Amino acid sequence: MAITPPMDAVEVIPAAPRSRWVAGALAFSRRRPLGAIGAAVVVLMIAVALTATLIAPYDPLAVDFGAMLAAPSAAHWLGTDAYGRDVLSRLVYGSRTALIVGFGAALVGATAGAVLGVGSAYFGGRIDLVLQRFMDIFISFPLIILALAMVAILGNSLPNLIVAITIPMIPRCALVIRSSALSVREMPYVDAARAAGYGHARIVLRHMLPNVMAPYLIMMTAFLGQAILLEASLSFLGLGVQEPTAAWGLMLRGAAVEFAEAAPWMGLFPGLAISLAVFAFNLFGDSLRDALDPKLRTL
Amino acid sequence: MSRYIVKRFLLMIPTLLGVAALIFLLLRVIPGDVVEAKFMTGEGQGLSSAVMAAERAKLGLDKPVWQQFAIWVWGLLHLDLGLSMWTGSPITEEIKLRFALSLQLALMATLVATVLAIPLGIVAALKQDTWVDYAVRVFSIAGLAMPSFWLGILMILAFLIVFRWLPPMVYTPFWVNPWQNLAQLIWPALAVGYRYSAVATRMTRSSMLEVLREDYIRTARAKGLWLKLILVRHALKNAMLPVVTVIGLEFAFLLGGLVVTEQVFNLNGLGLLFVQAIARRDYTLTQALVLLVAFVFIFTNFVMDVMYAWLDPRIRYR
Amino acid sequence: MNTLSRWGAAALAVVLSGAVAVGSGIAQEKPRYGGELVFPVPSEPPSYDAHREQTFGVIHPVAPHYNGLLQVDPTDPTGTKPAAELGESWTISKDGLVYTFKLRKGVKFHDGSEMTSKDVKASYDRIIFPPPGVLSDRKGQYGVVEVVEAPDPYTVRFRLKWPAVSFLASLASPWNWIYKADILAKDQHWYETHIMGTGPFLFVEHVKGSHWVGKKNPNYWDKGKPYLDGYRALFISSSSAQVAAVRGERAHIQFRGFTPADRDTLKAALGDKITVQESAWDCILMVAMNHQKKPFDDKRVRRALSLALDRYEGSKALSRIAIVKEVAGVQVPGTPYATPPDELAKLAGYGKDINASRAEARKLLKEAGVEGLSFTFKNRAIPMPYEPVSVWLIDQWRQVGLTVKQEVVEAAAYYGVLKKAEFDVAMDFQCGYTVEPDLDLYKFTSRDRNPSNYGFYEDRVLDDLYQKQGRAADIEERKRYVRQFEKRLLDDEVHYIMTLQWHRIIPHSSKVHGWQITPSHYLNNQLDTVWLSQ
Repeated sequence: MAITPPMDAVEVIPAAPRSRWVAGALAFSRRRPLGAIGAAVVVLMIAVALTATLIAPYDPLAVDFGAMLAAPSAAHWLGTDAYGRDVLSRLVYGSRTALIVGFGAALVGATAGAVLGVGSAYFGGRIDLVLQRFMDIFISFPLIILALAMVAILGNSLPNLIVAITIPMIPRCALVIRSSALSVREMPYVDAARAAGYGHARIVLRHMLPNVMAPYLIMMTAFLGQAILLEASLSFLGLGVQEPTAAWGLMLRGAAVEFAEAAPWMGLFPGLAISLAVFAFNLFGDSLRDALDPKLRTL
Repeated sequence: MSRYIVKRFLLMIPTLLGVAALIFLLLRVIPGDVVEAKFMTGEGQGLSSAVMAAERAKLGLDKPVWQQFAIWVWGLLHLDLGLSMWTGSPITEEIKLRFALSLQLALMATLVATVLAIPLGIVAALKQDTWVDYAVRVFSIAGLAMPSFWLGILMILAFLIVFRWLPPMVYTPFWVNPWQNLAQLIWPALAVGYRYSAVATRMTRSSMLEVLREDYIRTARAKGLWLKLILVRHALKNAMLPVVTVIGLEFAFLLGGLVVTEQVFNLNGLGLLFVQAIARRDYTLTQALVLLVAFVFIFTNFVMDVMYAWLDPRIRYR
Repeated sequence: MNTLSRWGAAALAVVLSGAVAVGSGIAQEKPRYGGELVFPVPSEPPSYDAHREQTFGVIHPVAPHYNGLLQVDPTDPTGTKPAAELGESWTISKDGLVYTFKLRKGVKFHDGSEMTSKDVKASYDRIIFPPPGVLSDRKGQYGVVEVVEAPDPYTVRFRLKWPAVSFLASLASPWNWIYKADILAKDQHWYETHIMGTGPFLFVEHVKGSHWVGKKNPNYWDKGKPYLDGYRALFISSSSAQVAAVRGERAHIQFRGFTPADRDTLKAALGDKITVQESAWDCILMVAMNHQKKPFDDKRVRRALSLALDRYEGSKALSRIAIVKEVAGVQVPGTPYATPPDELAKLAGYGKDINASRAEARKLLKEAGVEGLSFTFKNRAIPMPYEPVSVWLIDQWRQVGLTVKQEVVEAAAYYGVLKKAEFDVAMDFQCGYTVEPDLDLYKFTSRDRNPSNYGFYEDRVLDDLYQKQGRAADIEERKRYVRQFEKRLLDDEVHYIMTLQWHRIIPHSSKVHGWQITPSHYLNNQLDTVWLSQ
């Protein structure tokens, strides 16, 4: 009777470091095909964003009143918008905006949240209580309202938009990571380490961080999708990226809605792009969560 | 137990105060105020600064910030939300209709989400890692991925082009005309509910998975099918707790968070009011709205925490 | 009978039969009584007092409850003729300083009391000389009035400080509702939250966030009117929902304006059931250049910015996607003081040869030493038509080598930016209720005289021309001064740059009759002439 080794055994095979990554990736793909598909789409998106200048057939800002509202054709594969700008090119460049906003917000948000969450859990006591109140306050604010207010204060520009999206996310991340960090905090060996005179930094880095890695990564992938959606919503409301920049949410605004019947390609493709991107990030994050910590309550 | 309840109840107060202070300050940092928003639009000849100053004084905007805050909080303690700076009418009047609509929408959407999430989550958990599981996960994540305004636009277009029908434009309360009321709200409820079912589905699934891994379930499984059925019901009861809390929190989010959906489906709800109030720099109205929504959220949290603690005694001693 | 008289008789017969034919045609258009007019309104009125508010959100639902002393003739498509309303007839003194109005007799307020001259005087005193604590939005317009008198119950007299040609037009303002003197004597703020007028419709209800309902006034002074049983205004802020309402035949008409795309959609969906009325709109977006900032203090640079714009091509393209169309100077095309197109083409930036214009623009920029200049254009965060016009402007400026970045500022904060001159180049805007040079040209006079000049310049020649046109003896003389003003503003000094005139498009249900589009969305909203066919 052949005993099939468990899938995890793949990682035990001694090999050169690079093929360990590959082997790990393959193992992930086999066990979690959904996550792999998600990851593949994300990689594709990143590739498109990086090579935008090469693959976009037109300048995304090039207005051409002679070709307004043109249907998809050989000249313009996905048609043109109300100003005669090529939809495909704008879609391609829009991936840059989406990824910059998405990664920027997710990275800053998740990291800031992690720092706050770990700090709150580690130091405990009054610091924890005060920080928790602050987190509660920000979470009780409806997400989009906080983003709205931030944009109104900071003004309309890409960096400000990233800040505006990040701020509501930090407390949500902080709370989740705090609860993971807390479970470590309660372990007796942390007290023992303190008693033995180890510094704060060492304890945090050595013991707490590995424990919060999983929720950290999960929160980050969750944020990525949410950040892209939030940017699209804010642009749709007119508070995000502004004309004439190419951004998916912006492409869905105004003319796309008015011409939805006469020129459906204007709104269809950006909507699909957003859906696909967020879908991919979420698939990947969902599988990651399955692998690492299925019961994580992420709000 | 009662100590826990009292402690968590008392913690609500600083949070609410903090929210009040935050929105109060935020609004005053944003450039522009209600007088400018109303009268310096370019549609008229504009007003002189003396007249604008007089209007500001009338609204109490010339007083020092801390004094304005104190006056407002004092009013809150008497459960007086104040007057809207844009219209001058009591805020309770402005909110009444919109609150009813948003509340109903939030309830309906939560219902839709629950009806979708629980069966799907259970099925996905029972058939883990099969194509059924994948299908459920793809389906629920798709809902999360689609921008709600895009989905809404597609829906409205479908109505107009395919069915040549339009949902009612004006909100009628349920007790006035139930059919019209439902005909208007069922569509956004479906769109929103589908979207929010994703989180609940995931929670149901993982919660069920964890319970199913328990020893007593394993032995029951080994023993036979009918026993498994009984124990699945047992498992359900334990698994539902985190699911219920997630659903409860989702509901609290929905109350003020449906800004874009409301715009697309043209619902005069709290979300739209929010956007208008901020655009008009209507401080009192925005503050009242934020407090209302935050209160619902904090209170829901409180109820969930108590429920959790009641069912899982370990938590009480944190 | 000789040949001439036979021809004469034949001619007479033709004319008479023609008249009969026309007459019966008109007779077929006999108004039908009954029905409720339903229309969406994009924004809700902040208060019910037109003396204080500026937004059309007040006019559209509330105007049917009131009358003014004069009105703008609702059948005139240019929206510039003052006509009788509560003031039945009037005389103007020889020196143009005294205007005497005879009021209609037997006009009743909705509570049954009679309207007399004391009501007109009280209302106008409130507008022109507002008591402390009362905000009168249009007080600045009436600096010319010395006093308002009510010598007897049916006569009102205005004494002016100087002869102002536009005074009658200013009395026809749709904002100058006549309130009841007794109420104003007790409480000057009553009208902010209550309705009591003499208009064709009685107030029924206002449900906040939902709708406004009015019903027919059976004792209206204009016997036989109104034709409608009532009206219902729905507060719908989303423009796509408004279009859907008209398309789904849930609403008859929207009184502000729809976009070209909306019009095409409605036409395609409803065919003959939709009638489209279009007109130039008394609103325009302008480019304000901050004369206090280099290099915009150099008129060569300003001129170059105007020369770069191909207004005629822009009109063709933008009128497909935005609510702009007409190429205009300082007056709405088609109105009495507007410059005819071939004369307009002589001004900088209005020439038909765009290549020549752009070449000159490049030359000027080079001369001024700012070839390839790059600057930030500040714009207001309102999608239609600010966005399309700005995209067009930026693209056109690109054609002469300018790199322009756009910064969009939220509407409520925009005024602050303009007032504090925190910009190099920005979008400015003007809308009027009637096309009248006194109203339209005021904005361009020197900054030290008028705070809505966001170019921050002083130009005494312009001020002088403004005064001259306001006191001109006859129309021809006035036209001359207006032309000179326009030339100095747009060509000699290029203090401001006009983009394209807005274009008002009202696609409405073909059942709606008796409503004539005008260039202003503040006019013609009393609904007394409107009727619905089956």
